[in-house]
Amino acid sequence: MAVDAVAPAVTPRRTSKGGGLWRYIVIRLLLIIPTVLILVTLVFFLMRLTGDPITAALGGRLPPDQLAERIAAAGYDQPLILQYLQYLGGVVRGDFGTTITDRRPVIEILLQYGSATLELAIYALIVAFVVSIPLGLIAAYRRDRWQDAVLRIMAILAYATPIFFVGLLLKLLFSVWLGWLPVSGRGSTRTELLMSGIDTPTGIYLLDAIRLGNGAAIGDVLWHAVLPAIALGLLTAGVFLRLVRTNVIGTLGQQYVTSGRSRGVGEMRLVTRHAFRPALIPIITVMGMQVAMLLAGAVLTETVFEWKGLGFMLAEYLKARDFVAVQGIVVMIAVIVAVTNFVVDIVAAAIDPRVRY
Amino acid sequence: MSTSDLPTPSTSTLALAAPVRPRLVDRLPVISHLRQSVGLQRGMLVTGLVITVGFILIAALAPVIAPYSWAQQSVDGVSFGTQQPPSATNILGTTVSGFDVFSRVIWGAQTALLVIVAAIACSIFIGIALGLLSGYFGGWLDRVLVVISDAIYAFPSLLLAIVMSIVISRGQSTLLGGILATALSITVVFVPQYFRVIRSEVVQVRSAPFVESAKVIGVPNRRILLRHVLRNSTRSLPVVITLNASEALLTLAGLGFLGFGIEATAAAEWGYDLNRAVADVTSGIWWTSTFPGLAIVLVVLGITLVGESLNDLSDPRLRTRRRAGGAS
Repeated sequence: MAVDAVAPAVTPRRTSKGGGLWRYIVIRLLLIIPTVLILVTLVFFLMRLTGDPITAALGGRLPPDQLAERIAAAGYDQPLILQYLQYLGGVVRGDFGTTITDRRPVIEILLQYGSATLELAIYALIVAFVVSIPLGLIAAYRRDRWQDAVLRIMAILAYATPIFFVGLLLKLLFSVWLGWLPVSGRGSTRTELLMSGIDTPTGIYLLDAIRLGNGAAIGDVLWHAVLPAIALGLLTAGVFLRLVRTNVIGTLGQQYVTSGRSRGVGEMRLVTRHAFRPALIPIITVMGMQVAMLLAGAVLTETVFEWKGLGFMLAEYLKARDFVAVQGIVVMIAVIVAVTNFVVDIVAAAIDPRVRY
Repeated sequence: MSTSDLPTPSTSTLALAAPVRPRLVDRLPVISHLRQSVGLQRGMLVTGLVITVGFILIAALAPVIAPYSWAQQSVDGVSFGTQQPPSATNILGTTVSGFDVFSRVIWGAQTALLVIVAAIACSIFIGIALGLLSGYFGGWLDRVLVVISDAIYAFPSLLLAIVMSIVISRGQSTLLGGILATALSITVVFVPQYFRVIRSEVVQVRSAPFVESAKVIGVPNRRILLRHVLRNSTRSLPVVITLNASEALLTLAGLGFLGFGIEATAAAEWGYDLNRAVADVTSGIWWTSTFPGLAIVLVVLGITLVGESLNDLSDPRLRTRRRAGGAS
C-alpha cells in the first residue's frame, strides 16, 4: 500500500541505461511541493475560519482599542486571500510568523527546540529497532507457535497503550516508587546550566556533553533520556514488529529459502539473510511513513516528561491559545514529514530498482 | 452446423452448476470470519469480541453501573475529599477535583463509544461517497482528491485533529458539542483512509464486464454506482472500520490528554482524566491515572484484536491453515 502511494504513475518505462535514479529523485522532489502546499493551505484556512488569532489569544485581556491596534499591526484586518499569499511568501522564506504570547519568530522556536525532539526521536528509533527486528524475526520464524502468539499480543498491547499512559506508568514505577530514574526533564539543573553555557551548542545534549568531555554530564543526559526513549520507542516497536513479521513471513515462503535450506544453509543465516534482506524494502518504506506517528507521539511523550522539545512547546502554546505558534509548529512538522518521506523513498529506490521502474 | 447438433444440457445439470448461495449467517462479516478461524486466531478474535461487547454493554448501562455521576463530589452531604485512596465509598479513590474515579471510568465508556460511533459514521459516509465518485468517474476530480488525501494521510493525525478541534470549538466545549467536535476532528483524519480503500476497489470493479454491460443496456449512473459498484467494493470495510475505531479512541484520548477534550463537568473522558493525573503521579498517587489508562488500553486492545483477526482472515497468506500439520 505504501509503495503504491510513492510510485509516480507518470514515469514512463525507461529504456536507456543510467539516469533512472536521478530522474526519480527529481520527480519525487517535485511531488513534495503540492503535498506541503496543500497542508499549508488547509491549515491556514482552517485556522482562520473562526476569526483572527489575536482575539483568540488576548481577547478579554486587552482593551478593545489595543486589540484592534494589534490586529491591524499584524495585518489580520486585510482580505483573507492577501493574508494567505503573505503567509505563503513567508513560509517560502522560512518565516512561519511570530508568536502572539511571547512575540518570538516561530522559526527560532524550531531551531531552539527542534534538536531536542530530534534527539528524543533518535533514541526512540534505536529502542524500536533493537526491540522490534530480532523479535519480529523470531515471530516470523516461529509463526503460529506460542512465541509468535506472545509477541503478537505484545505488539498489539504496545499499540493499544496510549503513549502518555505508558509514560505515566514508567514514571510511577521507576521514578516515584523505585527512585531509579529522574522524573522529568532533559538533564539535572547542573547539566541544564552547563548546556546553556556552551557557545555553539548543537542542542543535542548528548553531543554537547561528549564535546565538553564531561563524563558526569554524559551520564546525566543519558539517564534522563531512558524513560522517554522507552515510552516513545515501545509504541514504534509494536508497529515495526508487525511489519517485520508480516514481510519476513512472505519471504520465508519463497522457493529460494527452501532451496537454501536444502543446500544446508544454517537456519540463522536463512532468516537473517535470505528472508530478512529482501523484506527490507517494504519495511523501510513503511517505517518512513511512521515518522508522522513518531512526531505525534513525541508531542505526547514530551508533555509527560517535560522534555522541552517542539511537542512540549506545541502543548504549551495550545494551552496559551496562541494559534499563530500552533499553526507555525504544525506547518513546520508537515514540512519535516514531507522531507523525511522523500528521503525514505529515495533510499528505497536506491536499494531496489523496481521501485523506480 | 445446426444448433441441434450441440448437446443440450438438462435442467438438472444446470442446477448443479448454479452457485450455491451461502446462508445469511455465513455472509455477515464478523460471523463468517469467526467460522473460518482456528486455533490462536480464533482465540484472539473471540477475546476481542468479548472485550468489545463488554465495552458496549458498560457504555450502555453506565447509569446503572456507576454509583455516582461523573461530576459528583459528595454523597449525602458528605464530601468525598480530593485525591483520596480507594475506600468503601470510592472503590477506586477520588481525583484531584474530588470526583469518584470508578464512576468517571464507567461514564467515560459512554463518551468514548459515542465519539467512536459518530466519528466512524461521518467518515464512512463522506469517505465512501468521495471514493465512489473519484474512482468511478476519474478525471481531474480524482487526481485532485488523491493528492489531497495523500497529503492528509502522511500528516500526523493527532496534529490535524488538534487543528480541527481548534476550528470547531476553540478547544473547550460541553458534552454534545464536545463529542461532536471531537468526532468531526477525528472524521477529517479518517476520511482519506476510507477514500483510499473504496477508491482502489472501485477502480478495479469499474472495468468489470458486468459494469460495462449495465452501461450498455442503459442503466442510469446512479444505479450503477450504488448497485453494481458500491456493493462490490465494500469487501475490506469491516477491517478498516475496526482498526479505525481503536485509532479514533486513541485520538480522542490524545486530544483529551492535551487538554482539548470535553470539560470535566460536561462528561467523563479518560484522556482528560489522565491529563489531570500527571501531577498526581509525581507524588505517588497511582489510582487517578491507572484506571482511566487501563480502560483505554482494554478497549483499544479489544477492538484491535477484532480488527487484526479480521485482517488476517481476509488475507489468505496470513490465514492460519485449518490443518496446520507440519507448519514450517
